[in-house]
Amino acid sequence: MGEKTLTRMDLSEAVFREVGLSRNESAQLVESVLQHMSDALARGEQVKISSFGTFSVRDKAARVGRNPKTGDEVPISPRRVLTFRPSHLMKDRVAAGNRN
Amino acid sequence: MIRSELIQMIAEENPHLFQRDVERIVNTIFEEITEAMARGDRVELRGFGAFSVKGRDARTGRNPRTGEAVSVEEKHVPFFKTGKALRDRLNGEG
Repeated sequence: MGEKTLTRMDLSEAVFREVGLSRNESAQLVESVLQHMSDALARGEQVKISSFGTFSVRDKAARVGRNPKTGDEVPISPRRVLTFRPSHLMKDRVAAGNRN
Repeated sequence: MIRSELIQMIAEENPHLFQRDVERIVNTIFEEITEAMARGDRVELRGFGAFSVKGRDARTGRNPRTGEAVSVEEKHVPFFKTGKALRDRLNGEG
């Protein structure tokens, strides 16, 4: 089993192999895909990629937190968080691929 | 936004590419991430987030309808952690 870490470079390498654009253009396309997804999420939109998964933005209410070291109460402001829900297909493939 | 809209946006920005090539490009990116996780690898996309695989121990679950105990085997599930730049952007910082 793996434990390797892939980066943007590996994704653009895959695009380069698959489509035969230059390495430079492949890298730019990977970047635009991530950029468009980020832009949509920043607008509060859901990003739904069939057979991959869904990214959604959730609003979290303000709450009172506590500094675990000192026990002091600290206010936590309302914030937006991103959640990713993998598709069934992805869950199945990840479960099958990592079975011992 | 859905996959086809994402493909459409990229195609409009790249009029020199065929639509079918843009489809292949976008599909390759998501396929590569899924394949990496199926191998147990991580995919770290700075500023956007990181995809990784988490192990879940075997446990005794319960059929919610019948209440019957069922053993659930150890399994691996996909996990995504949002990158700092994107998290900040969602909150209007930067």
